[in-house]
Amino acid sequence: MRDVAVIGVGMAKWGELWEKSLRSVFVESALLALEDAGVDRIDSMVVGCMSSGLFVGQEHLGSLLSDYLGRAPVPAARVESACASGGLALRQGFLEVASGMADIVLVGGVEKMTDVTGCEATYALGTAADQEYEGFHGLTFPALYAMMAVAHMHAYGTTREQLAMVAVKNHDNGSKNPLAQFPVKISVEAVLNSVLVADPLRILDCSPITDGAAAVILCPAEMAGKFKTPGVRIAGTGQATDTIALSSRKDLCWLESTRVAAKKALAMAGRKVEDMHFFEVHDCFTIAEIMVMEALGLVPKGAGGKAVAEGLTRLDGKFPVNPSGGLKAKGHPVGATGVAQAVEAVKQLRGEAGPRQVKGARRGLTQNMGGTGGSSVVHVFEAM
Amino acid sequence: MPTPSKHWREIPQRYRLEAGKCTRCGYVAFPPRLVCPECGNREFAPVKLAETGTLLTYTVVRVAPGGFEDEAPYAVGIAELADGVKLTAQVADCAFADLKVGLKVRLEFRKLSEDGAAGVIAYGYKFVPA
Repeated sequence: MRDVAVIGVGMAKWGELWEKSLRSVFVESALLALEDAGVDRIDSMVVGCMSSGLFVGQEHLGSLLSDYLGRAPVPAARVESACASGGLALRQGFLEVASGMADIVLVGGVEKMTDVTGCEATYALGTAADQEYEGFHGLTFPALYAMMAVAHMHAYGTTREQLAMVAVKNHDNGSKNPLAQFPVKISVEAVLNSVLVADPLRILDCSPITDGAAAVILCPAEMAGKFKTPGVRIAGTGQATDTIALSSRKDLCWLESTRVAAKKALAMAGRKVEDMHFFEVHDCFTIAEIMVMEALGLVPKGAGGKAVAEGLTRLDGKFPVNPSGGLKAKGHPVGATGVAQAVEAVKQLRGEAGPRQVKGARRGLTQNMGGTGGSSVVHVFEAM
Repeated sequence: MPTPSKHWREIPQRYRLEAGKCTRCGYVAFPPRLVCPECGNREFAPVKLAETGTLLTYTVVRVAPGGFEDEAPYAVGIAELADGVKLTAQVADCAFADLKVGLKVRLEFRKLSEDGAAGVIAYGYKFVPA
């Protein structure tokens, strides 16, 4: 297997992009990545997208996006793993390069979510859960994560304020990211006074509905020196699955798929979790970030809320989590999120993250999650 | 609008609570499965779910998905039933303030949703305080 490097990244501004279609949102970010790398050819494309069918009524994205990027007839595949579609696309692109099947691969992620009403978007996102035994009963994603939060608060004494502090911290970081959907600071009071979505989660505990895309260019690490940007090596990749229904889990407040995926990715990289200088993780809801910290092993089980309150995961803390602003502030165009995490990791490792730069960052980890943790994808990145 | 088959093939579970018990390790699968996730066995004996249990977690859905817009707010929860099965359902006939981890519940047959003005009415189980 060949070592794989990222030689270019691209991400245009995220938000409610009423004037842009799915194809133009994707092509904009893909062109930025191609320009960043300075490549004039690609051998293959892999695109993560959760549900273009329900959000815009369009499938067959491989053809659509290679066509509109002006790259037909390159092979192009669309990859789906709910909100982890982007992370899984990166893994599939990695495998194409590592295996020797392709040299230059464009990995993209995209979601266009604002062409439908909030109710329809809630339904579309809900298809990542068990439709027959969760969705049928009126469960939504906020409701499923709210039930994880209630269980976590009951088991470990995690507080409502600690949940809010995750959102406050991520908005602090996101306020330094001009590409974020909501680059603004918020207060604990603002979170606690925002409207309830599924008790105890309020709207400011939830990642938003977002239009956006992100793209990276991969090549064999031995070729990386030929391009205009410093390459960043993907040192490890791991993926794991868990039961699709939350109720089937042995422990309602534990993300086993994240633990397993991280263990695999770190073993492949020959690193420990504490060797990482920053973490981009899947904070679709505030409780998710706390549970991910625990599953990654940054803190003991149940200690995530307290650690957030103590500042462990702030930009200047021991383990900075979500320097980009995370899904909460940056936005969560679901299929694009996993690729955007890679974009942030590369910017951090190239020292190009500006006011949100983690000082001296040489290694970082990304964690992207589908559903309530029914799938997780973890990657380890290292500066070359 | 889905065809009625989407509803009627689930009737054994939604109306009659039919589960499958692994003949090797005793794991109760609901809905029934072809492969036991615990031991890999492929033989199951039909059993009926236990109808009482304890609430493990809950929430109140304030922002409902399509099909449930007129129902919100409504309570949902996961309960562990007496046979060890963990089940997700709405919690009916319970004031939101009375929801708590450890609440004893039982299953009742209730109307769940309507598929538009002319579609199938979906029935199934909900939790109610025991």
